[in-house]
This record gives sequence, structure tokens and C-alpha cells, in this order.
Amino acid sequence: MIRYLLRRLLLTIPVLVGVATLVFALIHLVPGDPAQSMLGDGAAPQDVEALRERLGLNRPLIVQYAAFMRGLSRGDLGTSLRYGTPVAREIQARFPQTARLAAAAMAVALVIALPLGILAAVHRGTAVDHAAMTLALAGLSMPNFWLGPLLAILFAVKLGWLPVSGSGDWTHLVLPAGTLGAALAAILARMTRASLLEELREVYVLAARSRGLSRARAVLRHAFRNSLIPVVTIVGLQFGVVLTGTVITETIFAWPGIGRLLIQAIGFRDYPLVQGCILFISVTYVGVNLLTDLVYGVLDPRIRYD
Amino acid sequence: MIRVGALIVLLAATAAVLGPFVAPYDPASQQLALRLQGPSLAHPFGLDELGRDVLARIVHGARVSMAVGLAVVTVSSLLGTLLGATAGYFGGRVDDLISRVIDVLLAFPGILLAIALVAVLGPSLVNVVLALCVIGWVGYARLVRGVTLKIRELDFVQAARALGASPPRILLRHVIPGALPALAVQATLGMAGAILAEASLSFLGLGVQPPTPSWGTMLDAGRSHLFDAPHLTIFPGLSIAALVLGFNFVGDGLRDRVDPRTGG
Repeated sequence: MIRYLLRRLLLTIPVLVGVATLVFALIHLVPGDPAQSMLGDGAAPQDVEALRERLGLNRPLIVQYAAFMRGLSRGDLGTSLRYGTPVAREIQARFPQTARLAAAAMAVALVIALPLGILAAVHRGTAVDHAAMTLALAGLSMPNFWLGPLLAILFAVKLGWLPVSGSGDWTHLVLPAGTLGAALAAILARMTRASLLEELREVYVLAARSRGLSRARAVLRHAFRNSLIPVVTIVGLQFGVVLTGTVITETIFAWPGIGRLLIQAIGFRDYPLVQGCILFISVTYVGVNLLTDLVYGVLDPRIRYD
Repeated sequence: MIRVGALIVLLAATAAVLGPFVAPYDPASQQLALRLQGPSLAHPFGLDELGRDVLARIVHGARVSMAVGLAVVTVSSLLGTLLGATAGYFGGRVDDLISRVIDVLLAFPGILLAIALVAVLGPSLVNVVLALCVIGWVGYARLVRGVTLKIRELDFVQAARALGASPPRILLRHVIPGALPALAVQATLGMAGAILAEASLSFLGLGVQPPTPSWGTMLDAGRSHLFDAPHLTIFPGLSIAALVLGFNFVGDGLRDRVDPRTGG
């Protein structure tokens, strides 16, 4: 296990270096002069030159790259042009809100998906199964930038139950979490159904039933627990969908997280902040994928690590 | 389901090709006195914030969605097939290099890298296609690499090699044809992904720029009128969801035919 852990960690290092390199390259893909682009066409030449100097854009590319990587190793993501503060501090300030939203979306997804998947599997081929899977397919096909406004029209505009946007108490969290969690719920419901159907065919379920266990107990205590293994993996792997989804969901509901910070930074051409947000989200994604791999191994001892 | 999907896709394709010629209104013509008017017999999908016919704009938006989807899928599948087949066939350092690039690109979740690229290149339709191709080829390359690794060891490929066939000929005549069924499935699902991604980027203000009608920008504009004109949100969103669902149905159906084990 330790050897596997070390090997997996070592394999992650080149990926992280590659991600950082690509993020570094972003600013050099800006057409023309990045400093001019950030300040706008009307900026005074001396201001452009000063910014170029401040960002180190006058230095040779390799020197810039070395400085960028050195900064990253110290957790220094540069300085935001818009706010004049360290990028890392801006991200740190918004991260709790994004984490709160992502966790709530995950919770919403699980609360919807697990019962739906179990119901569909247990009642396979019946109207319940068809209804549950149609609902899942609808959730999967609805883009979150459409579902969000639709939920807002229904629950905020028509019914007046929830606020349209902003962040404050838990009521502000309901619509964004529902929007973000819907697609994940659809994927998880389909996965839970498929995984549980496989387990229900296993001999140990039949044995449990023949020992006199009720159907519900055989399903929930035995088959469902084993069917959770692939579901956990999907939860981990789909975390990327949640992370990308936060960019759109936070924009729709004016949720003050990293996704909205990124879109605002793009609007202000605050490229150091754009780079910081992209890097942070990607590294989080790589980290969660790594964790998922490890948890998968712990949950299923049959998996060999060599 | 594949037939329902095919019907939806056919409808959208017809709308994209013929729609602009048969639509009763110009998507750019404004009737400011009727702005934000709801659906009626004259305007089945209502009018937008500038009094433009929403149905005419949706029909024109289908052109953008289909064009982006086709461009992204064509370029990504060609590039991905070329790189995937090269990596799988030659192995060694070439494979290592291509595989590491794939690993790095896969480390960016969803369309995040496309967002980043469009952010620095500037919002435009061409840049959207470019950004989506940069992340799009990876899926095809992984698929073709896997198929190539299997096929290159088969007897008929070994025989072709023994007869002196050049690597490009072996790849084109023997290896890539073996990957075509799986590529067709991937391309169909890729259309759905590209259409959704374009709409997402346009919704965020990073894609097609007004006044060109695009489903994503229409949804974005509708956000300011959730209270007084919900039809501006409902109809463009419905169009995106229906077309994405259509391509997903066709893709799933094709996959079941190509690989019956995945059938439900």
C-alpha cells in the first residue's frame, strides 16, 4: 500500500509540473503585448512599461519560467492587478464559499441519487424504474446554465420561497447547490442502479435471502454496501464536473467563490488572477482524483497495488 | 431511442440549413414597441429585450451550434486519431511524449482549459473552436491509441509489416479502419459535448459575441429578465437540451450496436 501510494504520488508530480507550465504559458498566448492588453489600448506607454517590468515580462522566457515555478513552490501565485493583493490571498478568501457550495451540491446529489438508483434497481423493468431513469436522463441533459435560471424562475420569482442570488444564510445555498448537484445526481443514480443490479445477481444475496433475511435487509445491508464501491469512485471522478460547474453556477447566482472570481478576473483582464484560479482548480482536481484512487483501494481490498 | 435522437438531430440540421430562408422574421430586425412580449401566434417563442423574434434567433443559433460542433469534432477527431495511432503504433518515446501531454490536458477539469484559452485569446467564435479542439483531441487520441495497441499485434498487421508496408500505409489501411466504429460513437457524443461547451462559453460571455444569435448568449441575456420575460430563458435552453439529448441518444444507440455488452 505504501509503495503504491509513493508511486502514485511520484506519477502525479510530472502532471502537476505540466499543468503549471501550461498555466505559465497562458499569459504568453495573449495576442500582442500582454501588458498593453491588461491595461487597455488607451494606457500610457510608461504605465505599460511599468507593468511589463512589474510582471517580469521584459526578462528572458526561461528566467520568467524559473521565477514562476520558484514562486509556486513558495505558494506565491503573483499579485492581482485588479485588487493589488496576492492572488493566493484572494483565492484563500473565496475558497470556503466554493467548498461550501461543492459540498452542498454533493450532498444534494447523494440524497437524490441513492434512493432513486436503489428504487430503480429493485423495481427493474417496472414503471418505477422507467420513471426514475427518465428523470435521471432529464437531469443529465439539462445544462446547468439553463437549470439554474429555471429553478430561479420557479422558486424565487413565481413562488418567492428562495432568494435569487447572493450568499448569506442557508436559503441562498439551496438553488446553487440544487443546480450544481442535479447532473451529478443523474450520473450517480444511473451508476447506483447499474452497480446494485450486478450485486443483486450475486450468490451471497441469494444466500442471505435463503437464511430468512427480508428483501429490504438483503438489499440494503448486503448488496447496497458492495454496490457503493464504484459509486464512490464516480463521486470522486465527477468532482471535476462539480468544480467546472461552480464557474457557471457561481456566475448565475452571484455566489462569491473561486468560479465567479475567475470570470470576473477574465472580465478585468487580470491575467495573474486568471492563472492563479485555473492553477488552483486544476491542482485541487488532480488531488481529489489521487485521493479517489486511494479510497477505492481501501474500500475494495481485492484491488492489488502492484 | 436512437430514432428519437436522429429525428431531433435531423430537425436541428434542417433548421440550421433551411431555417434562415424560411423563417418569417429577420433575427436582427427590432420591434422596440413589442420588446419582451411573450409567446403569441405571430411570435410563437415571443420577443427579446430589443423586440427581436426569439424563434428566428433560435433557428439562426442552430447554425452556430451545429457549425461549432462539426468543426470541433472534425479537427479533434483527425488530430486525435493521428496522434493516438502514432503513439500506439510506434510506442517508446513517441508514446511517452504523447501520453504525458494527454495526462496534463486531462488534469484540467471539463472545459476549464477552454475557458482559460478563450480568456487570453479573446472571445470569438474561431477562438472557441480552437480552444475546444485543444481539449477535444485528447479523448480521440486515447481511444485510437488503445485500439492501435491491440490491432498492431494481430496477424494481418504483422503480415503487412513483413510484406514491407510502410507505417503510414499500415496505419491508414489496417489500423485506423479498426477504430472507426468506436470513433463514430465518440464523434457523435463529441457533437453533444462541443455544442454544450460552446453554449457554456457563450453564456459566460466568452464565446459568440452579440448581435450574432447563439443559444448561449440568448440564455445569458435572458438572465436579466427572469421576472418579466421567462420565455427568454425557457426556449433557448430547451433548444440546447433537446439537441444535446438528441446527439446523446444517437451516440448511446450507436455504442450499443458497436459494443452490445454496454446495452441496457
